[in-house]
Amino acid sequence: MIELENVAYNYGGGDLLSDVTLKLAPGSFHFLTGPSGAGKTTFLKLCYGALVPTAGQASLFGQDVRGMDRDAVALARRRIGVVHQDCTFLDHLPIAENVALPLVVSGRDALKEQANLKDLLAWVGLSSRAQARPPELSGGERQRAALARAIIMSPDVILADEPTGNVDWEMSQRLLTLLVELNRMGKTVLVATHDLSLIRAAKTHVQARVLRIAQRRVQLAGADL
Amino acid sequence: MKALLDRVMTALRGDAQADRVVPPTGHTATLTLFSAAVMTFLAVFALALSLATGRLADRWSSELARTSTLRISAPAEQMEAQTRAALRVLETTQGVASARALSVEEQRALLAPWFGPDVPVETLPIPQLVEIVEDGTGYDAAGLRLRLQAEVPGAVLDDHTRWRRPLVTAASRLRLLGLVSILLIGTAMAAMITLAAQASLAANTQVIAVLRLVGARDSYITRAFVRRFTLRALSGAAVGMVLGVLAILILPPAQEEGGFLTGLGFQGWHWLWPLILPPLAGMVAFWATRTAARRRLAEIP
Repeated sequence: MIELENVAYNYGGGDLLSDVTLKLAPGSFHFLTGPSGAGKTTFLKLCYGALVPTAGQASLFGQDVRGMDRDAVALARRRIGVVHQDCTFLDHLPIAENVALPLVVSGRDALKEQANLKDLLAWVGLSSRAQARPPELSGGERQRAALARAIIMSPDVILADEPTGNVDWEMSQRLLTLLVELNRMGKTVLVATHDLSLIRAAKTHVQARVLRIAQRRVQLAGADL
Repeated sequence: MKALLDRVMTALRGDAQADRVVPPTGHTATLTLFSAAVMTFLAVFALALSLATGRLADRWSSELARTSTLRISAPAEQMEAQTRAALRVLETTQGVASARALSVEEQRALLAPWFGPDVPVETLPIPQLVEIVEDGTGYDAAGLRLRLQAEVPGAVLDDHTRWRRPLVTAASRLRLLGLVSILLIGTAMAAMITLAAQASLAANTQVIAVLRLVGARDSYITRAFVRRFTLRALSGAAVGMVLGVLAILILPPAQEEGGFLTGLGFQGWHWLWPLILPPLAGMVAFWATRTAARRRLAEIP
């Protein structure tokens, strides 16, 4: 699905990541942890083709990222739902249209998928906020809207970068529950977070591999997690 | 050209859902509308100038080319005889449809602008003028001059070439100037719309990032911006075209006394020509925005 093999990423003369090897198997759940600035976001960007490795090989659904043109990357992204910490939206559109955006850009008729959209908004608890503009939403609502947008195309993989970074504990538990539910539906999930308590809480619900970025390398975390 | 037109039409038909991804407002919207309106307004005048000078050039080169003047200078007692001789020569010249000596009244009218209406033409030693009208084939001017030299020594043939040619050249240059002006106006409009599109793309970096994140192809993003700018340019150009035509309508009508300046405008079916300007502006906007968008998207990693 997504494979990194001896991948390095160099920026401004320095290595941000080096010798990273990882295979995201279908249906797996991974946490990626490490201190701020360790390279978690860079790692995620390598996983969805926003960055091209400076060494090694990154493959998205069997295609080497280096050989993919922009159209091929765009098509691959339709199979990967991404949730960023600073979730960005089209501020001039209501949340319902923002969530439906992946359908629109892929040429599907969002009007025909209204029922799915309604169900999805209900699932993330945003039914009453469907017509609100993104700037009117709270941090937690924005995170849930970003999650809804990431999964509306029913992607194979969900990548979440600090999805609970801007929300309180209760909301972070709710988001975690949603991600675990998605994993139970067969989706591959990778969550980057520096919040170890979130990982500990999740491990009671799902069998997750925990990876840690340290000294520019990704390694399996110890039993303390 | 047809391919470009097809692409413009496809872009205009658009996708109702996709239309909404580009924010609808902003200073670039006003700039595009305004520049398209002003440029099309100016283009209407350039077109009118070009068509008017074209008509003038045609008239000067066709009507004046068919007439010539014979000037006979002779002592008063020989004037009548030389005039008759000249007319005989002209009657037998191939390519001359008709020839007639101007009457005293006609010669007085010709001199009136300089000497006033009461000039005693008959008492002045002024030459007799003979108007020659050519037929479709025209005559051999050099041969006619030789014959006149032999039979009417005081006759000078003026086939108008000497002063007609620079006038026709001037009118043709003015027509060219009008067309070049339209071209320059189109180029200036393309430059302005390109700037507006670049500003809009720069201001909407977040929109582009979001669209790419959710799997939009660059061609989709380009189309969204291109459609927005093409429609704005079309609307602005339509307004500019209507205002330009109205301005031409209120210009004074063509008059002999006013000459060329009062004839600036459209005649007959030429009034339809301005209708071509808004689609042209749309095509210019389509091309300018597409180029700007493609370049900008290629710059963003």
